[in-house]
Amino acid sequence: MGLEEKLPSGFVLGKVEDLVGWVRSSSMWPVTMGLACCAIEMMAAGTPRFDLARFGMEVFRASPRQADLMIVSGRVSHKMAPVLRTVYDQMADPKWVISMGVCASSGGMFNNYAIVQGVDHILPVDIYLPGCPPRPEMLINAILELHKQVIKGGPLGAHREEINQQVEAAALRATPTHEMKGLLA
Amino acid sequence: MADQGKGRSPARTGTGKNVPAKTKTKAKAKAKAKPDFDVDGDSDKNAVQEFLAPVAGFGVTMSTLFRPVVTEQYPFEKKGTYPRYHGRHQLNRYADGLEKCIGCELCAWVCPADAIYVESGNNTPGAQYSPGERYGKVYQINYLRCIFCALCIEACPTRALTMTNDFELAGTSRAEMIFEKETLLAPLRSGMLAAPHPMIEGTDDDDYYRNEVTGPSLDQVDWVRERRPDDETLEAAAAAAQRAAQATVGGAE
Repeated sequence: MGLEEKLPSGFVLGKVEDLVGWVRSSSMWPVTMGLACCAIEMMAAGTPRFDLARFGMEVFRASPRQADLMIVSGRVSHKMAPVLRTVYDQMADPKWVISMGVCASSGGMFNNYAIVQGVDHILPVDIYLPGCPPRPEMLINAILELHKQVIKGGPLGAHREEINQQVEAAALRATPTHEMKGLLA
Repeated sequence: MADQGKGRSPARTGTGKNVPAKTKTKAKAKAKAKPDFDVDGDSDKNAVQEFLAPVAGFGVTMSTLFRPVVTEQYPFEKKGTYPRYHGRHQLNRYADGLEKCIGCELCAWVCPADAIYVESGNNTPGAQYSPGERYGKVYQINYLRCIFCALCIEACPTRALTMTNDFELAGTSRAEMIFEKETLLAPLRSGMLAAPHPMIEGTDDDDYYRNEVTGPSLDQVDWVRERRPDDETLEAAAAAAQRAAQATVGGAE
């Protein structure tokens, strides 16, 4: 966009990336995406007992434009999938996704025609969180894992678009989960 | 319907018909003396209470200030779970280091989410991993399917599979969330001898199941020393076997 795009990557931007990562991780606002029972635990994580506000993320935004983290909590039905994707597309970059609970991560015990077998079929997931439902501590743990990733920082500067394109191309080349053998189905 | 139960509607239905006439008139009189609705909710209050009403809500705030804080400082101070919490699985071992899992696949059969995959292998004299004929060669649990219902724990005939209180399981990819046997196996405690090695001389799998094996024997230690001389568990196991042998000799005398 501005000067950061003109500068060659790796020069000056090393420290800037660290700073940006730290800033981004310290105030992530999740979008409300409660789909089933996991949402109850997600709400519990926001209550005074667990107090997500300690990590600067107490505001669950109902407006995707003001949110940068999507916690998909609950089973995703095929009917809900396009809605989920639309909300994700409306969120402003940079954005992250936590797949909370086994239903969102892989379909869980609902291996049937109605449920999307893992939300990563429609969204790029950063953190998978098992549990049925995961307790609030597990969610906080997953969020802190994500913070660690974000603090490390993504690429800034002239190469960002190129790198993002490469990542997307690699994701498209990868074996789809339904063709993987063993337990992944 | 709204004024039912206020005692002033003459055309009451149901149980109202059985009420004696006297009560009815009394209720009527009362209703006339006092208005039915207390619109602003403060007609019972005196002047002081009425004056303080707008800030009365802060009483809750003030009293809460002096209550103990309920917030758990989770990642910094871990409160832990109840002891029987359903956390990550563990594959247990017998006291001499042999695995308890016999590869019967009952856990995989009972799993409602199809999260467990087991392949059993035959124990041979050269490579004995568990007492008896068979052992779990491949053991995988997909934590993105597992719902922690513990039906597998109930199904396990040898108590090989139990659950720990460990719940911090978040991962970054699907493949990473499939836990293999190496991850699930309980770590060798000091004095255990790493499998494979033969069973203790003169015992069968029933003896193991009844917990009659309390540690590795000198024969087992020698067997491992011959085949894997740089095994890490060897020294501690040898010491434990030595102590046990001396204790039995002392007991016999």
